[in-house]
Amino acid sequence: MTTTTHEDHNEDHHDHDHKPQGFLNRWVFSTNHKDIGTLYLVFALLMFFIGGAMAMIIRAELFMPGMQLVQPEFFNQMTTVHALVMVFGAVMPAFVGFANWMIPLMIGAPDMALPRMNNWSFWILPFAFTMLVSTLFMDGGAPAGGWTLYPPLVLQTGDSFIFAMFAIHMLGISSIMGAINVIATILNMRAPGMSLLRMPLFVWTWLITAFLLIAVMPVLAGAVTMLITDRFFLTSFFNAAGGGDPVLFQHIFWFFGHPEVYIMILPAFGIISEIIPTFARKPLFGYTSMVYASASIAFLSFIVWAHHMFTVGMPLGAEIYFMFATMMISIPTGVKVFNWIATMWRGSMTFETPMLFALGFVVLFTIGGFSGLMLAIVPADFQYHDTYFVVAHFHYVLVTGSVFALMAGTYYWLPKWTGHMYNERLGKWHFWLSVVFVNVLFFPQHYLGLAGMPRRIPDYSPQFADFNMLSSIGGFAFGLTQLMFVYIVWKCVRGGEPATARVWEGARGLEWTVPSPAPFHTFETPPEIDDSMVAHGEHM
Amino acid sequence: MKKENTLLVGLAMTAAITAVTYAILVAPGFLTDSGLNMTEGVTNSSKAVYDLHMIILWICIVIGILVFAAMFTSIFLHRKSRGAVAAKFDHSTKAEIIWTTIPILILIVMAVPSTITLIELEDNSNPDIIIKITGYQWKWKYDYIDEGISFYSSLKADSNAARMTGASIDPTTVDNYLLDVDNRIVIPVGKKIGFLITADDVIHSWWVPALGWKQDAVPGFINQAWTRVNEVGVYRGQCAELCGRGHGFMPIVLEAKSEEDYAAWLVEKKRGLAVTETETQRIWSKTELMAKGEAVYAQQCAGCHQTDGQGLAPAFPAMAGNPVTNGSVSKHIDIVMNGSEGTAMQAFSKTLTNAEIAAALTYTRNAFGNQTGDLIQPATIAKHNNG
Repeated sequence: MTTTTHEDHNEDHHDHDHKPQGFLNRWVFSTNHKDIGTLYLVFALLMFFIGGAMAMIIRAELFMPGMQLVQPEFFNQMTTVHALVMVFGAVMPAFVGFANWMIPLMIGAPDMALPRMNNWSFWILPFAFTMLVSTLFMDGGAPAGGWTLYPPLVLQTGDSFIFAMFAIHMLGISSIMGAINVIATILNMRAPGMSLLRMPLFVWTWLITAFLLIAVMPVLAGAVTMLITDRFFLTSFFNAAGGGDPVLFQHIFWFFGHPEVYIMILPAFGIISEIIPTFARKPLFGYTSMVYASASIAFLSFIVWAHHMFTVGMPLGAEIYFMFATMMISIPTGVKVFNWIATMWRGSMTFETPMLFALGFVVLFTIGGFSGLMLAIVPADFQYHDTYFVVAHFHYVLVTGSVFALMAGTYYWLPKWTGHMYNERLGKWHFWLSVVFVNVLFFPQHYLGLAGMPRRIPDYSPQFADFNMLSSIGGFAFGLTQLMFVYIVWKCVRGGEPATARVWEGARGLEWTVPSPAPFHTFETPPEIDDSMVAHGEHM
Repeated sequence: MKKENTLLVGLAMTAAITAVTYAILVAPGFLTDSGLNMTEGVTNSSKAVYDLHMIILWICIVIGILVFAAMFTSIFLHRKSRGAVAAKFDHSTKAEIIWTTIPILILIVMAVPSTITLIELEDNSNPDIIIKITGYQWKWKYDYIDEGISFYSSLKADSNAARMTGASIDPTTVDNYLLDVDNRIVIPVGKKIGFLITADDVIHSWWVPALGWKQDAVPGFINQAWTRVNEVGVYRGQCAELCGRGHGFMPIVLEAKSEEDYAAWLVEKKRGLAVTETETQRIWSKTELMAKGEAVYAQQCAGCHQTDGQGLAPAFPAMAGNPVTNGSVSKHIDIVMNGSEGTAMQAFSKTLTNAEIAAALTYTRNAFGNQTGDLIQPATIAKHNNG
């Protein structure tokens, strides 16, 4: 019997893939890392547009002073659900989609280590988000206390409270299982010769990210559980009247929340570190220090959480400590930026769409890093905190950081996924329109914050009118531009110039040794690794 | 690739990026009246914070120009279309040590003034006057501990009317739209004012940019802050921590007066509070109650129940034809004073005076087509309050 099974999965028959027949078998019951990766990516794209639609409502209301379109309560629901959807529905699942697709291909593994759990990790998400988004239609509306869920405000949420809390629990379960899978795959299923220090940086950053996820998602689950018991079972974890402390929640939340922001940026660093060497036709500069820098950033992320809460009334000593610890993050982050530039230096660069997005990432993420450094300075943060300056900061690192890296990665590997080249001319248009409008959208928000506009307000004094209108115009244009992305990806899936196995002249790494599109099963027998295949690391 | 070539392009890129930076950071100031930068404020602390902000901003600008100049020099010179051939190097320990060490030194340079300023900001000792600030959804309360003065400060009525969704009032015609209040917090210049900041319901944050800081108001805990304002003037700010539906509508107006003017203000304020006390004792006419009630309703109730009393289904019930506004008086009083569990209806007993509650109740029972004819007197509320 075992022999029959073996023959079914015989290698070197890439022309007939043994894909499961029928939609249900192929997608719902899938245990194939490529199909599950696709599911994650499609889901993330859908969530990106749902979250984006909410951002459009926010920017429309803020287009001019006065309340024209929505009630303040609904505005708060939009800011809250926009953030939850973008963080947990768009950015995180998109990176997991990349992990699913690329990690086995990059380390020469036939699939993820735990394929059935992989299926479950994904299929939790649509249910969790159906539950979360359905709260918009409940009496009293969706949660409106901000994505940070600070009590006591979040405890004033109506019927939707428990639905949102359970949705967050489910997202946590999904993330933890995804992370376990990534770690098990990377540590156990590397092809012979693929030592840890020869792994592509994308694999390294995901390994570190997965440890962060396992460390902090349970902390979020704990915080959410305490909110639930405070609300329904008369505990007083966060209720001062019962001896609790509302600020305790903030400490717990940000102990999760700060590593969380690196969960959303480390895989982006990985993607950029793959793309820049390819288009500079030169090996990544300082591979080893890039690995150490990623690990240092991950370590520091655990000891800086309270810089999100400098104004809650902490002791002086704590403020000084968290200021210094936070400033230190700029050192490994700086190393990364310098190394990317050193990779370009004396290379032989071309500027296809993935490279354009990667370069956009380097510049704009660095601007987000600068404002982050400014926010670390406690006395200045007393002014910046909870203003549009902060909104500008985290959108620079999340949109022009994480999302640009996701766009770059999509264009980079799309030919490998689909077997077709995308339309390069349209891709470049997509980049240039995005990069212009995203700056029109977010740069003026620095000025708004410095001039004194608090964040999360549905209406504002007319002194803030000019920059808000400019920002809204940028927002609408940026939002519309993203429809191009869907069109380009869709056209590429449907057809186009056939892609070669290597796709890009300068591409190195195992994923480029399999045909395009990547067959349904790859590396069923581990590949023989030679120096020309690996992108980085020590040579044999 | 010749060395001089690289240097020349590098200088050109530095110049170009400096020009772009200048255009981005300064030019918008010529095109609009809006503020671009942090206020210097009116206290020594706020000026220190501003200086710190400018130091770090300049450091970031200089680093940014150098880094981006290097990057664009490479993008210009080392491109395949110019015939560049890729070099083979993939690390340089010397370079990496340099670009790890220099940032560390820069950070130390930044840390010193930051820490000194922070220590000054956190020195709450020996205030001349202590004011307790309490945040409520959605107003502020100021208690002058040593003077026995206590009052609430809410968004001014004209802003409040204009900020209703779909209101036909143009916000630009309202003076200090969303940044004006009915009762200002008043302090004397030149004195060290100590603030004790707390909240009664959810977390708020008290922020007047001209003072140079914000401080969260956390229910159950008291945070400290201080200021010493140098210049007479009116300084405006807002709540800076999301606190629910009215978060954008609980501004702060702080007026710094000369010492004599401050003393006169204290006398006047105490007289005003005494009047409020006697108002509870006397019998009000229907006209008085309805007029005051309409004002209180617009300020406190219309945000949810709407100016026309039609409410906003499903969360905010209509006042017109409502079984509570048309039913038992004591039940109505109870809901308004103690709130309604599990709904957005707040308890108003702590934040409104007896006269205000009485007037609002009378108004809702005799407006929007409701015709109960009930007159509710401040004394009735006082009795309900004590019993």
